[in-house]
Amino acid sequence: MSTRASGRTVGGLRTLSLQAPAVGLLLMWMLIPLVMTLWFSFQRYNLLMPSVSGFAGVDNYYYLLTDPSLWTAMGNTLLLVGWVLVATVVGGTLLAVLLQQEFFGRGVARLFVIAPFFIMPTVSALVWKNMMMHPVNGIFAWIASLFGLPAIDWFASLPLTSVIIIVTWQWLPFAVLILLTAIQSLDDDQVEAARMDGAGPLAIFFYITLPHLKRAISVVVMIEMIFLLTIFAEIFVTTSGGPGLATTNLAYLIYIRALLDFDVGGASAGGVIAIILANIVAFFLVRTVAKNLEN
Amino acid sequence: MSTLTLKNIVKEFTSGSGASASTTQVIKGVDLEVKDQEFVVFVGPSGCGKSTLMRMIAGLENATSGDILIDGQRINDVGPAERGLAMVFQSYALYPHMTVGENMGFSLKLAGVSKEERAKKVNAAADVLQLGPLLDRKPKALSGGQRQRVAIGRAIVRNPSIFLFDEPLSNLDAALRVQMRIELARLHAELKATMIYVTHDQIEAMTMADKIVVLQGGVVEQIGSPMELYHHPRNRFVAGFIGSPKMNFLDVTVTDVQAEGVTVRLPDDSESLVRVAGQPEAGSAVSVGDRLTMGVRPEHLILDDSGPLGGQVQVIERLGGVTSLYLASPDGSGDGKIGGLKADDQADSGWILIADGDVASRVGDNIRYTFDSARAHLFTSDGLALPSLDRHPLTGLTRQDNSLSSVSAAQATDV
Repeated sequence: MSTRASGRTVGGLRTLSLQAPAVGLLLMWMLIPLVMTLWFSFQRYNLLMPSVSGFAGVDNYYYLLTDPSLWTAMGNTLLLVGWVLVATVVGGTLLAVLLQQEFFGRGVARLFVIAPFFIMPTVSALVWKNMMMHPVNGIFAWIASLFGLPAIDWFASLPLTSVIIIVTWQWLPFAVLILLTAIQSLDDDQVEAARMDGAGPLAIFFYITLPHLKRAISVVVMIEMIFLLTIFAEIFVTTSGGPGLATTNLAYLIYIRALLDFDVGGASAGGVIAIILANIVAFFLVRTVAKNLEN
Repeated sequence: MSTLTLKNIVKEFTSGSGASASTTQVIKGVDLEVKDQEFVVFVGPSGCGKSTLMRMIAGLENATSGDILIDGQRINDVGPAERGLAMVFQSYALYPHMTVGENMGFSLKLAGVSKEERAKKVNAAADVLQLGPLLDRKPKALSGGQRQRVAIGRAIVRNPSIFLFDEPLSNLDAALRVQMRIELARLHAELKATMIYVTHDQIEAMTMADKIVVLQGGVVEQIGSPMELYHHPRNRFVAGFIGSPKMNFLDVTVTDVQAEGVTVRLPDDSESLVRVAGQPEAGSAVSVGDRLTMGVRPEHLILDDSGPLGGQVQVIERLGGVTSLYLASPDGSGDGKIGGLKADDQADSGWILIADGDVASRVGDNIRYTFDSARAHLFTSDGLALPSLDRHPLTGLTRQDNSLSSVSAAQATDV
């Protein structure tokens, strides 16, 4: 038992007993699924073949890691996360700067930009699939026809790009929201001082606004990355991971393994690999961002 | 070599839109002439438009009408960077992500000055302000005074024709403020630049200015040297605003108007001659029976048991060297109400007397005092001061006369 500077004791049976319910609940919440996943990943466990069971050793991992679809899925995951991050951060910064300017109807414009964030992923994916990108009924096809161009069958010819566009549309409001708030905290005096120093609009953006937004951008990148690594609904609703594996990311691959192939063991192995991957990313990312936040 | 001229500057802000738009005039026609190397201070209560006026000179805001001229060139439509001015902001406005050196060299970098040239100029400015060891630090690692010096350094690096200071010392503690005041005065002598300084602190105004511009409600109340404003305020506002504690005011009645001055009757029916011009040829005629307001500064009241004025002591502030006595007004209007000592109406109801540090009076004592009639002021009902018959000998004093550098310069020319 140790004593704090304030004289209060830390630890001890009484303190522990008070913490126990919360800690116990958290442990149950996190540890049980984790341990079960780990356990299943070493088992022969296929729902279609109940007779085949028992300890599988590293077979599940071996089959998964030698399966080219895993690497396709990983590549898709990184492409999806990377491009959506680039698009939302760049677009979000520019929109935030734009929405910070005084113009007629600014409040309404801000509302419209933020609005997509309130729409649930499945709905927005369906809207995009059937109303925007549909080769016959879609608005894009109609616009193309105005110029006499052939309609693009988005989900057949540019499947991953289409998913990236949908997800970007969904996450852009989040970036704008955070960055707009950050930009509003920029000291007017600084901008005026820069103007007196001879900075034009571009110089002010690159030398004053952008450095000021650095922290907010790190926050956007960190939070978005956590959510983008597990994108599922948009893919499920639009392409179901296809054509082939063109839009299958890690989350979707695990879904295929577990609930289409009914291979619980293989899916659990995939889950463990996803956990490891997420932790590697988180380790580097969180450290970089945390360092950035400190400065 | 830079002069600044303001001709009938007006600034209006329009709020609302369409038919419901309402226009507020914050600067109502200001004329001003700033000579080369002059240190001009804009002073006034908050909201008087002094900062707006400076921002218009800086080019951060447009004048609604009127002309701004630098060296005779009209610069109304010239951008802030091209005016060749530098401004030091109240909040310092340092760029937080740049080092001190980068902060100071930012304007040169934007102007495309080479790295070596930039370093040279930054170092030169850093030497002037003793910032050399701090050049690689970020602003947040600096103290308030150091930040202030960096902000000034950033202005020096630009080698501006006119320096603009917007309440630069108001974020510093009292001791640092005194130090920076002296440093600014030194800089002014060293850089030989024209400086314009906005403040609400009259000590800064009185100590640093060659010329003080007193503003109120967007109107220039008086322009003059510090001593001129102190000894010969043009109206009651300037009289009350310049000088601390505030001037005391009392309603009096004119009993006689002569060439030597105006005689007024005090509340105790005694009469006193004040040396101001009240005859028609002075342009400000008063006649017997007129109600005037007499103003006397606290430091010009003298304790005197047979004096014409009297009042009960309500609060005593002993500073050791001097003692401030807060009194009920001689005409009884502030009698027995400590509430009358509120800062904003103390000039109207209570009187303040500054005596030496050894005054033994107690709160509640009734004391009598007199005043130096040569230093009393009379104001007509519209607030204008009757012109004094005697010019105070120090009104022609310039700021240089108060500093050592001019003495040594004078000695140098003698040799």
